[in-house]
Formats: sequence, structure tokens, C-alpha cells
Amino acid sequence: MDLGSILQYLVSGLTVGSTYGLTALGFTIIFNATRVINFAQGEFVMLGGMLAVFFAGALNLGVFPAVLLAVSCTTLVGVCMERLTIRPVQGANVVNIIIITIGVSIFIRGVVMLFLGKDTFSLPPFFGTEALEFFGAMIIPQSIWILLITMLVLVGLRTYFNKTIFGKAMLACSFEQKAAHLVGISVDRMIMLSFAISALVGSIGGVILTPITLTSYDVGIMLGLKGFAACILGGLGNPFGAAAGGLIIGVLESFGAGFISSAYKDAFAFIILLVILFVKPSGIFGRADIERV
Amino acid sequence: MRKGLLVLVVMLAILMPVKASAGDTIKIGAVVSVTGPASFLGEPERNTLVMLQDQINDSGGILGKKLEIIIYDDETEVNKAVLAADRLIRRDRVQAGIGGTTSGNTLAIISNFTRAEIPLVSMAAAERIVDPVNPWIFKTPQSDRHAVTRILDHAKDQGYKRIAIITVSDGFGQAGREVLRELVPEMGLTMVSDEIYGPRDTDMTSQLTRIRNQNPDAIICWGTNPGPAVIARNRQQLRLDIPLYMSHGVASRRFIELAGNASEGLLLPLGRLSVAEQIPDDHPQKQLLLDYIADYESRFNTPVSSFGGYAWDAMMLIKEAIEMGESAEPQDIRDNLEKIQGFVGTGGIFNMSPEDHNGLDETSFVMARIVDQDWEIVSE
Repeated sequence: MDLGSILQYLVSGLTVGSTYGLTALGFTIIFNATRVINFAQGEFVMLGGMLAVFFAGALNLGVFPAVLLAVSCTTLVGVCMERLTIRPVQGANVVNIIIITIGVSIFIRGVVMLFLGKDTFSLPPFFGTEALEFFGAMIIPQSIWILLITMLVLVGLRTYFNKTIFGKAMLACSFEQKAAHLVGISVDRMIMLSFAISALVGSIGGVILTPITLTSYDVGIMLGLKGFAACILGGLGNPFGAAAGGLIIGVLESFGAGFISSAYKDAFAFIILLVILFVKPSGIFGRADIERV
Repeated sequence: MRKGLLVLVVMLAILMPVKASAGDTIKIGAVVSVTGPASFLGEPERNTLVMLQDQINDSGGILGKKLEIIIYDDETEVNKAVLAADRLIRRDRVQAGIGGTTSGNTLAIISNFTRAEIPLVSMAAAERIVDPVNPWIFKTPQSDRHAVTRILDHAKDQGYKRIAIITVSDGFGQAGREVLRELVPEMGLTMVSDEIYGPRDTDMTSQLTRIRNQNPDAIICWGTNPGPAVIARNRQQLRLDIPLYMSHGVASRRFIELAGNASEGLLLPLGRLSVAEQIPDDHPQKQLLLDYIADYESRFNTPVSSFGGYAWDAMMLIKEAIEMGESAEPQDIRDNLEKIQGFVGTGGIFNMSPEDHNGLDETSFVMARIVDQDWEIVSE
């Protein structure tokens, strides 16, 4: 096996893994603030891509304004989702809220299908289509963009959670809502913010991946599933574990398809996931003491 | 007691009109996937059936009787398809059936129609629908075998020997894969690589890299959108100059749009409906195709697709069979469907027989190349 092929597998794995990672990040942010797995997370990714296609095509905007508009609209959808469906049932059982998020995901998918159609769409790449050669591997510029933007989002989130008062307040909510409330943090607002941020992160994943992978109203299902797997792999509740989990799944899939057989591509990731959960149930980067009483 | 009587009366009232109207209308039932994942197939099929019902009734119906096409949407779900078939047979008492849209749904409803002894004309492509032949089951789309034969003939003419295939892991891809694995050696070619990808996969560079390492003369890809568009893009990204054949599963404008300039030079087998403008004027299908396209596009304001043509063929074959036997009894429709010869449809020229319930062969395809974002016939 030559170096070029190995590098090629690595690059395509990292590219796809980035979206899994960004989806997983969204899961983690909401989970940390509310203990809820938001199954509409994949729909945020889909919305980012579909809205960008819509704004670029129907409204005849350039790629960049369309992408910005799509990301802002999706963030707004995240806020609306929290306001209209999560807040009214505040204090309900976590399982009930999870079912609500599944309902919201079906609703979003349906609305997009009705208004934007059932076809697959493509978006022009941000910069350049010509592939670059790198030690025998072909890399399209969009792949580099995806990796860069994923890194930026990660660094941005890290700074936000560690350095800003809002980020720290959100962390406080995730540790102990009652105590956070007592010291004057508006828990409601933090929960809303968590939905906004995870919609933002998800839609960024959606728009940057669309030029390579195309999009349609139902891509959110599979991305949500893989993102969730990445989350579990990295350790539920750990944002950086989630992102790393996504990259690991992406790379494993790609190498599995390349070295063993493409027929079992999806199986490799899930087999590894099962093995890790047997050996280390809290995930690779998770702490074992997240059990709450 | 009184309540029971009332229920009985209501039930009778519901049942009565069905029986009374059976004499002066011909009822055809259709199970179509208008929504759900296969809606891109089902929607043009439904539209075509609605359009045909109006056209046929405007020109006097069939044998002077009014045609009624009852269409149920199965939402691309097997269970709903079976329920719809049951309803068509038991409640609506149709004389013939059309559907399903997908091969899976067709295979699921075959037993219902066979048991009820009502002929069913499927709009799905899988060979298993008509092989082995079931006396009551017919289908209109060309088989994968015809498309594969057409592709391999072309590859052989070009002098290609080493063939790599990449197929999608759903029903369409796996049916194609089986035929490819059978026909490639049979036609004297060597299969050097056999790759698979998932229907929702977004990156196939791993598979293409493996294929490149085997150094084939040509690659054949079997799938429906969006996978093949991703493969075309990945091929361009990897700068592979190995010729790439696509299946008839991507015989739509949408594929060219999705793949963009990565689609340039790709080869694929096409039904003549897609290239109606380009086929010779003396071809028997030409006028029919142009009329169908004009009618469809003026009524629905969307571009025609070959999938709607499957519905056209199914309905018109049934009409032909009814008129041949001057009878709309299910048994007579079945017998006459089997006798249809030289029937010009959108998919090709149908020659049915007791052994062949599809009636098409590989000449129902032309080979086309994508040039300047459009198809160009390379061999008739």
C-alpha cells in the first residue's frame, strides 16, 4: 500500500469526520446544559446546507452571503425550538423532552421537504475546485476549509467556555442548575443560548460540507446518528471528546473501506464503538464519574 | 337492536354504490410511492396516471366505458403498499393493478394480486418481478440486464478488458451488481475490482483509490442520486482518467446538475424518452415521445422524467389488452397482456410472451455521453 493511498484515506476520513464532530459538538452543548439528547441536531446540519442552497439559488445571493444567512437562520430556528417546544414543558422528564426533540426533527424535515423539495442539491465550493496534489494524495481545497473551520469552531468554543462570563455561566448550569440559579444565573437564558450555539455549530458543519457531499432534506438522519455515535465514543458531555470522536469515526470508516472492504464501511465504526463501550463505558475521553444522583 | 339495524343500513349504503357502478366504469388501481424516499419516481408516475385518465375519458374512454384510476400513496413503505393493494382488491374491486413504484413494494404486493387473480403491471425495474414468470405479474421498465448488456457491448467495442465496478448497497445497486458479476465474465471481460458504497455516503475517494490501484480500463457505477454524483466528483478530484460508465438510475437532468462539470464525458444507457429530440424522425417512438413530453410539461409545468413513462406504458398496455379482448375481466386482461406484440410505448417496443412479461430488450436503450451538460447519443 503506497503512501498516496494512505494519505488519501486519511484526508477523506478527516473531512467526513469533521461533520460528525461538529454534529457531536452540538449534541454535547445541549446535553451539558439540559441533560437532554437533542435528536433534532442532525436537522440543524441539514438546515444549514439546505438553506444555503436555497439562498444561493432562489435569492441569487453569492455563496458567502448565502452561507452567513443560512447559519443565522438556523441559529434562529434553534432559539425558536427552545422557546416554543422545550421551555413550555420545563421540568418535564428528560425522556419526554427527548421525544419532543424527535418530534421537532420530524417537523423540520417535513417543512423543508414541502418548501424546498425532495431533490438532492449542490452548492459551489467556497474557493477553487482544482484538487491539490500532496505526496500522491489529491486534496480539494474545500477539505482544507472544512478542517480549518472545524478547528476554528473548536478553539472558539474553548475560549467561550473558559474565558467568557456567559460560557462559564453555561458550564455552571451544566454542573448544577439549582446552584447556578441561586447565584443569579438565568438558567432559562443559558438553555436557550445552548440551543442557539448548537444550532450554530451544526449549521456551520452543514454549510461547509455541502459543496463536497451534496445535501437533501433527509441527510440529517444519518449525520445525527453518526454524530451521536461520535459523542458516545468521545464521552458524552465532553465537547472535545465529541469532536475527536467524530474525526476518529470518519478516519476509521475511510481506512476500513480502503484496506478491508467497502461493503462493511459503516460496520467498522460501530464495531469499534461497541468495543470501546465494553472496555471503557464512559467513552475514550469521558470521565467515569458523570453519574449524577 | 335498532342501533344494529342502523349500522347494517349504513354499511349497505357504503357498499351498494361500489357494486352498482362496476358495470359502466373500468376500474384500475394503482399503488404509487407519491411521497417518501421514492417520491422522485412516484410523483411523475402519479401525474402521468392522472393525465392519462383525463385524456382517455375525453376521447371516449375504453370500449365506451369510463376509466377510473384509483391511486393510493404507499409513502414508499412496504406495509402501506400491502394495505393499499388489499384495499384496491377487496373494497374498490379493481379489474387490473398498476404498481408499485419500487421493486421492494412490488414484490410485497405480488402475492395479493396473484391470490385475487387480478393482473398487476409493475413500474419497478427489478428482474425478480418477472423472473421466474408469474402469470399475473408484468412490468414496464427495462431490466438491469438490458442496461448492463448495452454498457458492456460499448466497453467491448472500445477494446476495454479490465472492468471495475462500484455499486450502492441498496436494492437497486445490489440487483445491478448481481447482473454485472454474471455478465462481465460471460462477455469475455475481467472484473478486477468490486467496490460497494452506502446510499447516504458522502465520500467515495477510498473506494476509487482502491479501484485506481487495480488499474482497470473502465469503471461501471451502479446507483441512484446522489451517490453517483459524488463518485463523479471524487473521480475528478482524484484526476482519474479511467472512463466511467453510469447506470440508467441517473438518467435525469438532476444528476448532471449535481455532478456539475465532473459529469463531462461520462457514459450511460438512456431510455429514448430522455433524448427524444435526438432520435431519428423515422423511429416509431419519436412522435409518441414528443407528444407525451409536450402534454406532461404543459399540464404540470415540470420537466418530464423517464419514470412517468413507466406509468404511461403500464396504463396503455392495460388499455391495449382490454381493447384487444374487448373485455375488462381480470382473466381476459391477463391473457391479452401476454399476447401484446409490437406495442410502441415510452420505454421501447413491447413484445410480450408467456415467457417474457417485460417485453423489452437491450435495444430499448441508447448509449449516451454527457457533453456540455447535455446527453449526446453515441450509439443508437
